[in-house]
Amino acid sequence: MTTTQPHPKTSPLIELSGIAKTFVVRRRVGRLRRTRAEVHAVSDLSFTVSRGEMVGYIGPNGAGKSTTIKMLTGILVPSAGLLRVAGIEPSRERIQLARRIGVVFGQRTTLWWDLPLRDSFGLLRRIYKIPPARYRENLDRFVDLLDLGPLLDVPVRQLSLGQRMRGDITAALLHDPEVLYLDEPTIGLDIVSKARVREFLREVNAGQGTTVLLTTHDLTDIEQLCSRVMVIDHGRLMYDGDLDGLHSLGDSERTLVVDLAEPLPAIEVDGGRVVRVDGPRQWLAFPAAASAAPLVAAIADRYPLADLSIQEPAIEAVIARMYAEGVAS
Amino acid sequence: MVDALRAYGWIITMWVRSTMAYRASFLMLTFGQFFGTGLDFVTIFIMFVHTDELGGFTLPEVGFIYATSGVAIGMADLLLGSIERIGQRIRDGSVDVMLVRPVSAFVQAAADRFALRRLGRILQSTAVLVWSLTVLDIHWTWDRVLLVPIMLICGTVIFCSVFVLGAAFQFAASDAAQVANAFTYGGNFLTQYPPTIFAKDLIKAATFAIPLAFVNWMPALHILDRADPLGLPKAFQFASPIAAAAITLVAGLAWRAGIRSYRSTGS
Repeated sequence: MTTTQPHPKTSPLIELSGIAKTFVVRRRVGRLRRTRAEVHAVSDLSFTVSRGEMVGYIGPNGAGKSTTIKMLTGILVPSAGLLRVAGIEPSRERIQLARRIGVVFGQRTTLWWDLPLRDSFGLLRRIYKIPPARYRENLDRFVDLLDLGPLLDVPVRQLSLGQRMRGDITAALLHDPEVLYLDEPTIGLDIVSKARVREFLREVNAGQGTTVLLTTHDLTDIEQLCSRVMVIDHGRLMYDGDLDGLHSLGDSERTLVVDLAEPLPAIEVDGGRVVRVDGPRQWLAFPAAASAAPLVAAIADRYPLADLSIQEPAIEAVIARMYAEGVAS
Repeated sequence: MVDALRAYGWIITMWVRSTMAYRASFLMLTFGQFFGTGLDFVTIFIMFVHTDELGGFTLPEVGFIYATSGVAIGMADLLLGSIERIGQRIRDGSVDVMLVRPVSAFVQAAADRFALRRLGRILQSTAVLVWSLTVLDIHWTWDRVLLVPIMLICGTVIFCSVFVLGAAFQFAASDAAQVANAFTYGGNFLTQYPPTIFAKDLIKAATFAIPLAFVNWMPALHILDRADPLGLPKAFQFASPIAAAAITLVAGLAWRAGIRSYRSTGS
């Protein structure tokens, strides 16, 4: 390492200052002429993440999330700005950095398709030069936490999506990385698998003190995991704070979906307003910051309630509201 | 360097084991390669039913040239032939996975999809080589004996470099695998035959532009004691290591430039 870290405990693990990434796109106009257009994927991005934090990094498609992750992992070289991860400049010392970070690409497995899960882990042990004792200890712990025991000797192609994701997360953590990047770790998973992955990430963050940065489209991931959320859109950081703050900023609402025993006129209740009625099913909007319990109790008290569910606000909707309110940090 | 070779070994072991999950398919593909590439030589053999010489070369001499080219491209294809898949990996984004591992992307790309079935071509060419050497009446001197392994090694290195150049080119145009194939497999076709049957301009291009002539033509001229159709100095017949080193350097720089451009553009 050429860089030194004066205060390893107190200085931030991830540090971005004025980071920009500009792509040059060549577009064909007419038969032979081509024009060059600059696309600013990320502009003037500055933030720090301390050791042990679990941060949600959200934004609509094309907002610059993946570009940021690719710069943090050293895949992409920033066009401007200063970037340090664990005291290392990622793009210059990609391989040294690789030993200290773990990356999970949600839609792309890094496991060997035709071989048992165990074999993929064995290759990583060699590539990352994990001491045998440490490897066994880690593997045992993850197998236990993620219930991987019966899956270790099954070829990866026979695993379900949720089982494969558990395998991929384990693969990213075997070498004790200081920071774990997860790109859409719960995408496409069923509710049980999602819950399991979240529980595991919480455990890794709390138990190991591993710093976690995750991108997601599922606000429930953020709600259950992250004390801090960063919102990026059009390559700029729009919000950096806790989730409640985001909801109040965007004035966002959750939706209570109520199935009544029979079709009835719109429910009249304090704290919620009906936005849609379809036969016995009604949709009620209520403030995202408020608890659903009193609302449910009030409805159950006066109406024949058959079933209910709660829908979280979509990130796109929250961000759209932020724009509408004219909020930009 | 040692680390890189070890990582290469680990990764190809994984691919071999993956292949062995489908053992029957592996055996059929290997035999397929053996007989499929063997058909090329059958073609040459049939030509000799109608003629005694091809461009002034006898059947065993053409067999020697054919086989040295076959061993060289076969070895290169075995060692890093799948590097040409880099274009597909760029398009599906899996190059990113390579770039977050503590192993050079080149080693990972070279070991990608390592296919033991490619031994089929090497075995077939080796068989033709052994046959030609037993039949040929070569005046064996020390330099001629030494030149045989040297040309096989240099030929392998040259074809490896052509593969890498083709892969590096795909960073600029990720769907250009077929253009790259024109040089690798086209180069193999060219060097299967004696230089004398081709137009002079083509031989010149294969000597000075892409040094395919140094795979086997040049050293074979000395081993078989033949005159150079271009009338180049005798030293060219011993220059394969220099040509191999030069194209390796160019290929290495091209690969680095390719990776650098990927890391600045992300595509």
